[in-house]
Amino acid sequence: MAAANPLYDFVTHLGDNALILGHRLGEWCGHGPVLEQDIAMTNIALDLIGQARMYLDYAGKLSGENRSEDDMAYKRDVMDFKNALITELRNGDFADSIARQFFFDQWNFLLLQAMTESSDETLKAIAQKSIKEVTYHKRWSSEWVIRLGDGTDESKEKIQRAIEDVWMYTGELFMSQPADADLIAAGVIPDVTGLKAAWDEAVKAVISEATLTLPEDEFMQDGGRKGFHTEHLGYILAEMQFLPRAYPDATW
Amino acid sequence: MVESPEHIAEVWKVLFTVEDPEIPVISVVDLGIIRDVRDEEGKFVVDITPTYSGCPATKVIEESVIDALNEAGIEPFEVRTVLSPPWSTAMLSEEGRRKLKEYGIAPPADESTDKMALMGEERQITCLNCGSKDTQMVSQFGSTPCKAHFKCKDCFEPFDYFKCL
Repeated sequence: MAAANPLYDFVTHLGDNALILGHRLGEWCGHGPVLEQDIAMTNIALDLIGQARMYLDYAGKLSGENRSEDDMAYKRDVMDFKNALITELRNGDFADSIARQFFFDQWNFLLLQAMTESSDETLKAIAQKSIKEVTYHKRWSSEWVIRLGDGTDESKEKIQRAIEDVWMYTGELFMSQPADADLIAAGVIPDVTGLKAAWDEAVKAVISEATLTLPEDEFMQDGGRKGFHTEHLGYILAEMQFLPRAYPDATW
Repeated sequence: MVESPEHIAEVWKVLFTVEDPEIPVISVVDLGIIRDVRDEEGKFVVDITPTYSGCPATKVIEESVIDALNEAGIEPFEVRTVLSPPWSTAMLSEEGRRKLKEYGIAPPADESTDKMALMGEERQITCLNCGSKDTQMVSQFGSTPCKAHFKCKDCFEPFDYFKCL
């Protein structure tokens, strides 16, 4: 896209977050540690894919190129994806996926809460719809952080390590782009920098109940919103986009 | 064609015959998925709303609604998806709740019960098999997006609970 289109960028960012994390959780299907949690992860995946459809449908309209939600999901390459890096990290073990989910859910909830006040009717409607689902996600991932942290020596060690590994990808969620300023001023999108304090408080409460400790490292990796991704995203897209690229416009 | 309140009622009657694909005893009207039926300049407009964002039944429901209206000879019409206000289990009709129960799915408690549950407090869901209130949530995610998985601690029967949204 030639001309700057800040709202398209932001909506695509939210859509890509949901799509990529939903895809990652979908990879757990049939591999969960127990049946109930396998089902939980795929239920959350389904919610996120549903949310991705709403965002990407809207982004497609904002693109000025009449793109469909499928065009958005299947016909863009890595550099055009705007998801936060945390959403594309590999599943790892159950603790890795829980740590990733926990940090993301806590952020997503606060973002949606703020976005239910958006002056943009579509974003407001998507936020009002999604926050109900994300409330359940946040509860589930927080409970698991507590259960693993305050569990056996082994589960504690694994979730502590997972939290340390994911930590450097959390900062990006609170970095806004220069082009966001006008949209924030107009009340269209939330100022993500303003969500940090509430996120810190919510995260610390759970981490403390889980008898875990947060890393003190301050270095935070960013790049997702600018299209600079980890090496993992290409593999996700290769799998996700194979069919529509091999058989364009296939229907069933 | 000229619409009248009778025509609108006719459309509702057809919609009452469309069942939820996952819970085939309950009409999409009783589920609260049909938000509005109105006449817009000589065209029937049916507003439908998804339950959960990712519920795969949404697409099937939309197609079933279109098929049913076509079959009943209703024309012209348009089915539109609306997101706002978001669907909530409060939109389930009394009839819908009764049918859920008959079908073997515990209907959603009132919203405050689930809010309590979200705050980490226990909710009281009655076992459909023996009526005991001594039940336990196994998982807040169940066989479909709208259900949680429960078990009864008295008769040990597992059951689905249609959770509040």
